[in-house]
Amino acid sequence: MIEDRNRRMLRARDTMDRAYAQPLDVPALARVAHVSPAHFSRQFRATFGETPHRYLQRRRVERAMELLRETDRPVTEICFDVGFASLGTFSRTFRAVVGESPSRYRTRFAGEGAALRIPACWAMAWMRPAG
Amino acid sequence: MLKRITHTFIHVLDQDEALDFYVGKLGMVVNTDADLGFMRWLTVNMPDEPELQLGLMLPGPPAYDDATAEQIRELVAKGAAGGGLIFETDDCLGTYEELRAAGVEFTQEPVERFYGTDCALRDPFGNPIRITQPPDGPIVVPTAEELSAQM
Repeated sequence: MIEDRNRRMLRARDTMDRAYAQPLDVPALARVAHVSPAHFSRQFRATFGETPHRYLQRRRVERAMELLRETDRPVTEICFDVGFASLGTFSRTFRAVVGESPSRYRTRFAGEGAALRIPACWAMAWMRPAG
Repeated sequence: MLKRITHTFIHVLDQDEALDFYVGKLGMVVNTDADLGFMRWLTVNMPDEPELQLGLMLPGPPAYDDATAEQIRELVAKGAAGGGLIFETDDCLGTYEELRAAGVEFTQEPVERFYGTDCALRDPFGNPIRITQPPDGPIVVPTAEELSAQM
């Protein structure tokens, strides 16, 4: 039943939102969703319109964007803190999603996050880069 | 001139299960539970706030045809129905631990924010809920430097 499948896929997506910094892989997420790894990615995409990998990458980029806006911590630290395993992958992914480097993004938006006066999960839901 | 909001509604997928959750776990109380024949009118409220009722609505005929009701149910189940609630508490961490022990599905552990301490959960059907403990003083939007120092 689609309703039941959706609820299980939502649990997996919530896990990505909560534990984005951990090395999540398809088998781990499939366990959360009580589905075989072979079926998980297809069912996730049918539910949310994108692959779990893409969802997680964009969640990590969104988290990095917040840290770049709201802190002055080094880019390398932020990269590992949001779950990327290498600075190269982080920089490539960030540029592909956002359209500019983390440093340039930080320069343009430093301090603007402080104006974000909405509850955290609304910000996470609406500020995750689409595409 | 409008005065206040008295009722707000969310879709639930099972009204008995909704009662178990909203009354049994979150501590709300039943305001009205009436079998009207064509529907079960079920509202709850916070114990100290009877003037604001939350309607726990089951999508189905005749308000919605079967196909539409099924679409609504599918949207609720993937967290996309659009409803949501924010509760206030004096003790976010204590409430989190108590509800977690009761088996509530949390999506975010308590986190300090400039607007207070809050955590997030889902009701059994997929609707999002937050629990916020406001700060002791007035809410002050911090500067980037202050936010940086907090992290």
